[in-house]
Amino acid sequence: MSTSTCQAGNFADEPTLLAALQGGDDRAYHFLVVTHSPHLLAVSRRFMRNEVDAQDVLQDAFLSAFKALPSFRGDAKLSTWLHSIVVRAALMKLRARKPQWKRELSIDDVLPRFSDGFDHRDNPGPAWRSTVEQELHSKEVCSLVRQAIDRLPEIYRVVVMLRDIDGLDTQETAELLGVTTTVIKTRLHRARMALRELLDPSLAGV
Amino acid sequence: MITCRELISFLADYLEGNLAPTERVAFEEHLGVCPDCVNYVESYKTTHKAIPLAYADENDPAPSEVPEELIQAILEARPKRE
Ligand SMILES: [Zn+2]
Repeated sequence: MSTSTCQAGNFADEPTLLAALQGGDDRAYHFLVVTHSPHLLAVSRRFMRNEVDAQDVLQDAFLSAFKALPSFRGDAKLSTWLHSIVVRAALMKLRARKPQWKRELSIDDVLPRFSDGFDHRDNPGPAWRSTVEQELHSKEVCSLVRQAIDRLPEIYRVVVMLRDIDGLDTQETAELLGVTTTVIKTRLHRARMALRELLDPSLAGV
Repeated sequence: MITCRELISFLADYLEGNLAPTERVAFEEHLGVCPDCVNYVESYKTTHKAIPLAYADENDPAPSEVPEELIQAILEARPKRE
């Protein structure tokens, strides 16, 4: 136990860790994988929504990372670098995976509808309850939001995750998905509108 | 006066400050007279805030979440020293 604490002490410094990895130090590899896997597996699970695929993606990602390590110059933090490798591996796996049509709803079913001459929203319903902002950290609301995101059609789900959770900007997201920035903006807006609609029954006030 | 449908289609641009000044005025004029759209804008903003918060625990997961066999399988694939 004391040796592992000692290793952590050495490897907590990224240039030291990187040098050890590039020198093929087994303890450095162990430290890297054990330290970063919990976060990276959580990211992978969010994309894949299926444990087997999530674990496959993590393995694929570390394999790519190990290959790229010799040329990694340390200009980004290792955690940031690994995160982006996991995201790429997850997107690749999603593309290869058969679309899960049966689970997908159509985005048009959860976008606001308008009618009459003034284009008013149909059944606008009440405002969200005034306490909702304080509830955003609660387990209940977090779980509602996750379920709503999981219900989005994949092309919308991926954009909302990359932009609003992984923190990529419009340009980066567009490049990663091979579409234009206009497409990303439209999908993001539609995804947020759909999420608002899916959350509305639970968060509207009384 | 813009319609509710138009307001909602401009919403993302409005929130990011990407509307031209005249469009912005039209947007805010509509909000001044349409409580339904005020509610919509508020709930859209709340939704936007809620998305990253729902996954905040991703940044601080329990290490026990990762199966030991997975760690071992990954380490097996590391480049071996000659
Ligand atoms: Zn309106």
